[in-house]
Amino acid sequence: MVENQFDDELTPTRKPSGFYGGLRLPTDKHDLADQPVLEAPLAEEYLLPLVQHRGLKARPVVAVGDKVLRNQLVAQPDGLISAAIHAPTSGVVSSIERRPVSHISGLPGECIILRSDGEDQAVEPQPIEGDYHLIDPVRVRGRVREAGIVGLGGAVFPTSTKLTARADTFLHTLILNGAECDPEIACDEVLMRIAPDAIIEGARVVMHVLQVNRCVIGIEEDKPQCEQALREAVERADDDRFEVVRVPAIYPEGSENQLIQALSGDEVPIGGLPLDIGYVCLNVATAASINNAVHEGLPLTERLVTVTGTGLQGQANVRTRIGTPVSVLTELVGGYTDDAERLVIGGAMMGFAAQTDAIPVTKATNSILVMAPEQARGAEFVRPCIRCGECARVCPSKLLPQQLYWHTVGGNEAQLERHNLMACIECGCCDYVCPSHIRLAEHFRYAKATVAQRRIEREQARMAKVRFDRRNARLEQQQRERVERIAEKKKTTARARAGDEKRQVIADVMRRVEEKESGGDESA
Amino acid sequence: MRNFSTAPAPHILGADPVSRVMRDVLLGLVPVVIVYVIFFGVGVIVNILIAAIVCVGCEAAIMKMRNRDVQLYVGDLSALVCASLLALALPPVTPWYVTVTGSLFAIVVAKHLYGGLGFNTFNPAMVGYVVLLIAFPVPMADLWLSPVGDGPGIGATLAAIFTGSPPVAGWDAVTMATPLDRVQGDLARGMMMTEVMADPVMDSAVVSAWTWINIAALAGGIYLMFRGVVRWHIPVSVLLGLAVMATLFNISNPDQYPSAWFHLTNGSAVLGAFFIATDPVSAATSRRGRLIYGAGIGVLIYVIRTWGAYPDGVAFAVLLLNMAVPAIDYFTIPRAYGEQRERK
Repeated sequence: MVENQFDDELTPTRKPSGFYGGLRLPTDKHDLADQPVLEAPLAEEYLLPLVQHRGLKARPVVAVGDKVLRNQLVAQPDGLISAAIHAPTSGVVSSIERRPVSHISGLPGECIILRSDGEDQAVEPQPIEGDYHLIDPVRVRGRVREAGIVGLGGAVFPTSTKLTARADTFLHTLILNGAECDPEIACDEVLMRIAPDAIIEGARVVMHVLQVNRCVIGIEEDKPQCEQALREAVERADDDRFEVVRVPAIYPEGSENQLIQALSGDEVPIGGLPLDIGYVCLNVATAASINNAVHEGLPLTERLVTVTGTGLQGQANVRTRIGTPVSVLTELVGGYTDDAERLVIGGAMMGFAAQTDAIPVTKATNSILVMAPEQARGAEFVRPCIRCGECARVCPSKLLPQQLYWHTVGGNEAQLERHNLMACIECGCCDYVCPSHIRLAEHFRYAKATVAQRRIEREQARMAKVRFDRRNARLEQQQRERVERIAEKKKTTARARAGDEKRQVIADVMRRVEEKESGGDESA
Repeated sequence: MRNFSTAPAPHILGADPVSRVMRDVLLGLVPVVIVYVIFFGVGVIVNILIAAIVCVGCEAAIMKMRNRDVQLYVGDLSALVCASLLALALPPVTPWYVTVTGSLFAIVVAKHLYGGLGFNTFNPAMVGYVVLLIAFPVPMADLWLSPVGDGPGIGATLAAIFTGSPPVAGWDAVTMATPLDRVQGDLARGMMMTEVMADPVMDSAVVSAWTWINIAALAGGIYLMFRGVVRWHIPVSVLLGLAVMATLFNISNPDQYPSAWFHLTNGSAVLGAFFIATDPVSAATSRRGRLIYGAGIGVLIYVIRTWGAYPDGVAFAVLLLNMAVPAIDYFTIPRAYGEQRERK
């Protein structure tokens, strides 16, 4: 299914070959993508967590009681890896406090709480005027940073950081990720159908910023309408640097590493980034928001969210402001069923279960999945691993989950490293097929955290040892110098004393001579 | 505001439970059992029942002693699989106490003393079988019934199993060495293959009975592969290992070494390849590892059949390779996605 159109000299020699393992998960999300997109109503209150991205917490630039307009900056990035946050509507900052947020820990996070005034007044947008190709890439990147854009596929890495070319790597290809592989999520699919031009234009901006001359758009084979829409948009843009490639609809195709492998046959080194092998990978929604930032002057304050699941009365793709409480969206599609049991933020395979629907939609929220008990995996009885190896068959990282599980339970970190635990992408495929119903992904998340922690500790211990050795060397040096100094001093005094003795001898001789002379006189 | 219960991802489950896997294995054995009954009478079913009662009973008792949920653990059907495989390896009129001893060893020693399901280093059914081979060599070798002619009826079979009383016409009238046994013995006495083939044991009806048993095992094995319970690596490499060895020696000296076809259609080569060597708990893990593991078993089956002291070598071959599994696993970790260095 993968078309190999890579034929220029930048292309790696290996042929694209799909990727290892994976699952074909049953889905009916394409029907959902056919339905019209709903607009979320204006909420009374928006919750803007200061951490919606990978990296450091954003720093608020508004105070309680401040009146803000839509698209106005409310928190600015703190450091290189951080992202700005903007007001989703006009209103008053009612407080800055800890609230339940969409984080796997379930712990509350610091939020700017914005009470809507219902007028939705916006600041004047300031798009980049004229041809951005004539503008310094650094300025264009600055615009992406100011707009608070992060990776919208779920990783929420600050995009401007990704767009920072490094001197030590040679970037050759931009990959647009249109492989939305989770069985329920359809927000990217909808976006590709309704806004293909924005996606292509956003990609062109990125190519200018990074000075990359090739863009490959990977779209799963089960989204022919998206493929069609993007092909047409490429034609309209009349840009022959683009290439639309169909990839197999296998979960986790949308994972960066797997998509790169499917498109090129290349593998991202363990612990490395696509950057290391010359690729920059962006989600299609991220590209569209870059377009909005540069050409419309709009920061990232809204996104498409798929609201679905057996625990809801209805389902829809919803365009919503970031910060909208989840309950507003579940209400919009008709509310919960009586037995709604689990609220999952993200896909059913990798999303996390939230404790409450008071949490807000963040930049990362691509799906709100409410599951009834018959859909949600429950507390199935876990049997011992029989090493059947089904997990290894589906592992996209080509690991041996059954062995990793054994060593995780045994706490054998040396073996975990040998079995490349760190290459685990936590996609959950192994978990899904395990006949013993072992929570493999959870075990590996734990083990990875433990190994990472141990690596940090080992590094700290190594540093401490280096410092200790240096200190010892320093003390030794001082000691040696002191000994040398003392020896030197002794030698000098000895020499001085020796000099004195010689003078004494001379003096004695002189005295004797004198005595002799005078005595001779006496005797004479 | 509404609150929800939480659980770790993934939130959906696609796998059939272990009990389904074991049930498929049991279903896969049905053709073999049917063919056994056709050629050797109902003895095999009695053996399976005895073994099943002992295995399930022991498993339940041990789970109770270990304070585990008896129903859940017995419900995984693994004890039944073990019992069936052991019983299928025994002669049709094996005395009941022999079957009981083997079952006890299989479940109590080989399985649960090692930690139970998932932790046994050795294939439990084969451990039970080997114990019997060593402890009761005479009944294990001499009680194979002749697959041709009228065997003992149900009554006589039950009497033979439970009281040890011989059938009316005496043991000699109904028992017969297996072709594997006879070939090994005769060749060791310096006979040529052509002479061996003249023996009544090598009668085409007898040989075809064993061929049918292996064909039935193949049918069951294909069912397992179709159901995704067994992947091709182990069975194919076992059979290939055996066939390649047999062919090499057969070509070098057809008078001394029977053909690959003879080896594949006699004894429990196919049953072993699909149902015994594939026990995942005691087998190697990676694909490459499983190929090595299977090929090792195939070669060893041949070596034991040809130069060993026992007519069939499946059990010993499997147990020996079980021992090699940790080493095989250690050296056959596949290169992971993005792994840079080449592993030695």
